[in-house]
Amino acid sequence: MFDTILVANRGEIAVRVMRTARAMGLRCVAVYSEADAGALHVEMADAAVCLGGASPAESYLRSDRIIAAALETGAGAIHPGYGFLSENPDFVRDVEAAGLVFVGPDERAIRAMGLKDAAKRLMDEAGVPVVPGYMGEDQDPGHLEVEAAKVGYPVLIKAVAGGGGKGMRLVERPEDFVDALERAKAEARGAFGNDAVLIEKYIQRPRHIEVQVFGDGTRAVHLFERDCSLQRRHQKVIEEAPAPGMTAAMRAAMGAAAVRAAEAIGYRGAGTVEFIVDSADGMREDGFWFMEMNTRLQVEHPVTEEICGVDLVQWQLRVAAGEPLPCTQEDLTITGHAFEARLYAEDVPAGFLPATGRLAELAFPEGVRAETGVRKGDVISPHYDPMIAKLVVHGPSRAVALRRLAAGLKATRVAGTVTNLAFLGALAEHEGFARGAVDTGLIGRDLDTLVQPPAVTPGHWAEAALAALRLLEAEGWQTGFALWGALRRQVVLAQGEEQHAIWVTVQGPGEVVVEVDGDTVACRRGAAGWTFDGRPGGGVFVGDGTVTVFAGYGIPFEVVDPLAQVGEAAAAGATLAPMPGRVVSVHVYKGQAVSAGDRLAVLEAMKMEHTLTAAADGVVAEVMVREGDQLEAGAVLVMLKALAEA
Amino acid sequence: MRLQSQVLSGSEAFKANRAAHLEALQVVAEAAAQATEGGGAKSRDRHLSRGKMLPRDRVAGLLDAGSPFLEVGALAAHGLYDGAAPCAGVIAGIGVVEGRQVMVICNDATVKGGTYYPMTVKKHLRAQEIAEECRLPCVYLVDSGGANLPNQDEVFPDRDHFGRIFYNQARMSAKGIAQIAVVMGSCTAGGAYVPAMSDVSIIVKEQGTIFLAGPPLVKAATGEVVSAEDLGGGDVHTRLSGVADYLAEDDAHALALARRAVGSLGGSAGPGARIVAIDTGEAPACDPEEIFGVVPADLRTPYDIREVIARIVDGSYFDEFKARFGETLVCGFAQVCGMDIGIIANNGVLFSESASKGAHFVELCSQRRIPLVFLQNITGFMVGRKYENEGIARHGAKMVTAVATTSVPKVTMLVGGSFGAGNYGMAGRAYQPRFLWTWPNSRISVMGGPQAAGVLATVKRDAIARAGGTWTEEEEAAFKRPTLEMFERQSHPLYASARLWDDGIIDPRKSREVLALSLRAALNAPVEETRFGVFRM
Repeated sequence: MFDTILVANRGEIAVRVMRTARAMGLRCVAVYSEADAGALHVEMADAAVCLGGASPAESYLRSDRIIAAALETGAGAIHPGYGFLSENPDFVRDVEAAGLVFVGPDERAIRAMGLKDAAKRLMDEAGVPVVPGYMGEDQDPGHLEVEAAKVGYPVLIKAVAGGGGKGMRLVERPEDFVDALERAKAEARGAFGNDAVLIEKYIQRPRHIEVQVFGDGTRAVHLFERDCSLQRRHQKVIEEAPAPGMTAAMRAAMGAAAVRAAEAIGYRGAGTVEFIVDSADGMREDGFWFMEMNTRLQVEHPVTEEICGVDLVQWQLRVAAGEPLPCTQEDLTITGHAFEARLYAEDVPAGFLPATGRLAELAFPEGVRAETGVRKGDVISPHYDPMIAKLVVHGPSRAVALRRLAAGLKATRVAGTVTNLAFLGALAEHEGFARGAVDTGLIGRDLDTLVQPPAVTPGHWAEAALAALRLLEAEGWQTGFALWGALRRQVVLAQGEEQHAIWVTVQGPGEVVVEVDGDTVACRRGAAGWTFDGRPGGGVFVGDGTVTVFAGYGIPFEVVDPLAQVGEAAAAGATLAPMPGRVVSVHVYKGQAVSAGDRLAVLEAMKMEHTLTAAADGVVAEVMVREGDQLEAGAVLVMLKALAEA
Repeated sequence: MRLQSQVLSGSEAFKANRAAHLEALQVVAEAAAQATEGGGAKSRDRHLSRGKMLPRDRVAGLLDAGSPFLEVGALAAHGLYDGAAPCAGVIAGIGVVEGRQVMVICNDATVKGGTYYPMTVKKHLRAQEIAEECRLPCVYLVDSGGANLPNQDEVFPDRDHFGRIFYNQARMSAKGIAQIAVVMGSCTAGGAYVPAMSDVSIIVKEQGTIFLAGPPLVKAATGEVVSAEDLGGGDVHTRLSGVADYLAEDDAHALALARRAVGSLGGSAGPGARIVAIDTGEAPACDPEEIFGVVPADLRTPYDIREVIARIVDGSYFDEFKARFGETLVCGFAQVCGMDIGIIANNGVLFSESASKGAHFVELCSQRRIPLVFLQNITGFMVGRKYENEGIARHGAKMVTAVATTSVPKVTMLVGGSFGAGNYGMAGRAYQPRFLWTWPNSRISVMGGPQAAGVLATVKRDAIARAGGTWTEEEEAAFKRPTLEMFERQSHPLYASARLWDDGIIDPRKSREVLALSLRAALNAPVEETRFGVFRM
């Protein structure tokens, strides 16, 4: 038995694990990278050990240092969280060899599920339905193309060792196959060091439904399903449990298949069996296929906890300590409905690019279970996943839970970085989603309406202008004092694509007239705060050169500094990193002539490769980066000069 | 002790007073509104079409948002030059930049190209005088064609004419009072010296020009043909000539640069200069809004000046000095927005005792370095044999000496009449108060109109009598009328303010705020030790 546990992870999951461990009377040891020295998970631990540099390879993936840290601090067990080393069988082997308990399945089970083709074969043998496809070892492109044709287009190419969408390509037409294969293999090689791929049938109206299982090494139970169909490019956005439209028979069939899968590999701990469900003609008992098994705690585990009334981390720790399964299948029932929304620092209008920034403001409303590893004032850095929080809600029915989700998102305040909050809010109010008509293509189909910029009214502009000029809190008779007529002052604000020069006339403390693009807004401060044309303001957060008005899901404004304009002119020939990321390759050299559209460099950020091209014809004046450099958004990669100047 | 008001706010007299004061205020407010329009709609449009900001918007853009602006000479040149120079073509006042009080002087190019009329020069010099006395950094927002040529004889040659502007700049710079110029338009001939004489100058690209002679004059003089931009544009002056230090993209950029320049002044503008946060202080217990009701509409109606004091000072607290002696002059200590002041206020004609008491009180405040506030409502010193014989001139001289030679800052407010030698003893313009403000109901002249007409009529009647003639009452009335009318017209505060005999007419209800801002500016400069002249004892 152990009395101290080391959590080999960071962020919200480290915090989540420690919360339960602490409640169970365990001592908690955190590990951290240099970039995370001040992080919440470090602060809340009883002891913390620095692993090394910011990049995961130097820290959270250093199994040797993590094991050494556990031994040094007297930890008897290691909880891996998700991601990083959580599904690395070599790590499990090393942990156990060091005489420590790994909170999770054994090495063998992870290996069995780690390679997708082998896992599918195994499942096929165990009587679990699998999607038609090719999982053979012959990776010759010609052979793969033949196999793809046999499966029938459209097909998916997936990295055998992959996960989370990396190394995955959808191919709709045979003529695109070769190119897609090449790119999938390159991505897989870069991410996993293994470029083997499998091919499977692409299901037209698929739903992603997964079953939570829990085993003690011999027996397993299932904790029902989660529906994770709301995805954008294979990234889960909102998850729920139970799945809408699920029938008792189908649930029983899927649950039984999942338990079979877990027991087939002698699974211990929390795991998830992912199925693809064809919803083209409703839920059918023969309409689900095994996709893969995640041999760890899932990001979205809280929705299961909410409907089952269990603490999965507690179960993990109890089973890891040698206890039998905490309950039987018969003990488990579903109560109500739960949702989880993933709040990310990302630039939705720019195509969901990952963003960074200091969380100048971060507040969640009462009644929402917010799983987060950051606090107000913390930085979302480019080194790790830009998730800010998971917002989890529960309700007696799906409709009530969904309403709570929508209300919770509306009352969430974030400033200092752009987020997907409005996108989540739009989803929570999506009519099809409310009906339960979900499939993995929903977001893609309705993306345009889901990412609509917020409706910004003159009142919002006015509130932002007053905030930018620090007039909201200005008090005393001096505010706006003039002998006769009040002076009017200009401030320039930008919101999205729009920019306005706004005139502000302070007529006295708490009395301001704002002119925005032909509209006049009367702003008054009353006992209950400011009103704008009689409507109460949303409240603001004022950052450095930015103002966030908390209306809708937070409207970010940029305060245009007249002093900044010279800098912009100077940077005219610069190619900037559109987001934080790592330089994969540089394709030009100093003095090289380039044409508009030529590839200058490739930046990898958040599982995506972004090709940066020349904006105009010119000559490369300077290359400022090298392969492997980690860049902040806005960093200059390449300077071009126009041909005339050259 | 806290002053108690004796006035019933619902009374008929109160209502009548209020109505009369509001009417007088309205006349001034309309004049002020007209002055802020500058050179009219057409020239404003032309100004805007050149990508320039309007002068008042420039001032606002320079100042901290929402900060107070104490405008000086807002009604200068009102009714002069056939109304051609509203606001005298230049905006001046004390504003706050980066938390520091500064004097802003901004040409209005919509008024005859921002050229200097005699009143423009006088106003510019007055603003500089305030800046120098209060040690306020000066920011010049320049957009002017220089001297107004048709008026050259009244703006160029004399001591207090155009050249004095640059003299003042040099002298202030020597005293460590920062001089910052922002060239946002022309800066021609003598005007070129405003930026050149400044410690720091900023010029707007392709908009500001600085040259001793413009392209037409150059062509006439030497035949050289050159564009204004090549002769003295922003690029030339920041890159080649060094006449300007910063090149701005546009007005907004230039103002931001000027703000930064003020922000980086360090401690150079005087020890108190950094912070202008003004303590709001306890509001008066008596409502300042009632000032209009408690002050009689007719200047000849006596009233208790404490009714006014109670509506200006913190919490209406007034520590009255020598209340039982020389009762026609009320003296005492109070605070305005947390600042200690000594108040000297008229409560009737000045007698020997009142004058002696006033001199005594000035000595007290000087000793303690407490600024003096004069609430002036004075018809003069008492006349007659008794008073002359007891030496009222001697006692009056004591008070005048004290007021003239004290080193503490003085702020004068004309709340009623300002006639005769009373004006001197009560720190009239000649006694160089740091600021002099007037109320719309105030009147200023050497004596009352009826008295003046009476004196002239007496002289005339005596002459007629000596010649053996007769003078009917009708004839006398007709004789008096022009004098009465002249005095009425010339004693009006708009007439006075147009000529810069004061720093501006204010809304009496804002007296407390105006005093606070004036005192705050005045206290920016250290209070020197006083050395009085010889008192005639």
